[in-house]
Amino acid sequence: MQTDIIERLAGIGSGSPLAEALKARAEIMRLSDASHEAVLRPKTPGGLSHALRAALAARMAAWLGNDALAAHYRALLQEAGSGQAAEDLAATVATTESLPAERRLAAIVRHVDLVTREPREATRADIEALRAAGLDEADIVRLSELAAFVNYQARVIAGFRCLQDVM
Amino acid sequence: MSEPVHTFTAEPLQWSPYLTPVRLDEATPEQLDAMKVTPSNKKVSDYVLTLAHDPESLAVRSPLFNAIMYGRDGLSRAERELGAVGASIVNRCVYCASVHAAQFNRLTERTDVIARIFADGPAAELEEHQQAIFDFAVKLSETPPAVTHKDAVALRDTGLSALEMADLVLSAAIFGWANRLMHTLGEPRRPSA
Repeated sequence: MQTDIIERLAGIGSGSPLAEALKARAEIMRLSDASHEAVLRPKTPGGLSHALRAALAARMAAWLGNDALAAHYRALLQEAGSGQAAEDLAATVATTESLPAERRLAAIVRHVDLVTREPREATRADIEALRAAGLDEADIVRLSELAAFVNYQARVIAGFRCLQDVM
Repeated sequence: MSEPVHTFTAEPLQWSPYLTPVRLDEATPEQLDAMKVTPSNKKVSDYVLTLAHDPESLAVRSPLFNAIMYGRDGLSRAERELGAVGASIVNRCVYCASVHAAQFNRLTERTDVIARIFADGPAAELEEHQQAIFDFAVKLSETPPAVTHKDAVALRDTGLSALEMADLVLSAAIFGWANRLMHTLGEPRRPSA
């Protein structure tokens, strides 16, 4: 399991005031790493492969304006898969410049884009669209947890980066 | 069933999932463990039963959420709730907003702050200390996050310690997670009379 992902990507130097403060929050940082493992590399991935999850996370990190986090997830995509399938995910899912053509994958990408960029606009119809594209109840929850986690993680990194300048 | 609620309120609401929750009598040992179901604790909400479709995530997210919102020292309970409300306003998660607004009101024994936030949204004007906290949570919740150096300076200048500022980041960010489950997987309704 990868550790201290948020601290590394936020560039928190050891011995800095923020690093010292976060010693009191070591359990939160450990559980954040464990959450990363649970949504990116779960033991039971269901209908969402580890490679697809990494590609979706890279895409969300890009929407969230976090280049370092997007690079982290592109590296995870490389680790998770190789060959044409992984290259296709990198080209069509892991970048905000593109949309995949295949129906199920397009519905998944559309949903993570919505949940990341305009969660307030989400309605019952968006869940129905995932079902219509072939996702079952468990995959819909898995996809939602992945999207929600990346949004949490990117905000912790953005917030910590911002705080470091004033400590 | 009663009509869905789409406006902010500090009154208690029920949450109704768009998905079929896991049935407690059909749950696997892993799901029961993630839901913290024990022989003496068999009360599980529809929200938790819905999230039990992905027990690996649920098992780590619940303790993470509790550590962020209820951990010792650092930012006060009420101010963590204000961070949660800021995020929930941006994401229009009416259910999360109602729960955490009610907590804020209970902890501070006042209702005017939440009333102003519900009336004016992200632009609400508050007392200086609460304004710095609310504005930071609101801006962190935008996509992409819009917090700037100035927002961090405002937190420091209102007297927050390094740990308190870190706690605010965490409490607003965990609602970037919670809102994206609550608001996208179901909707709030008024409890039936």
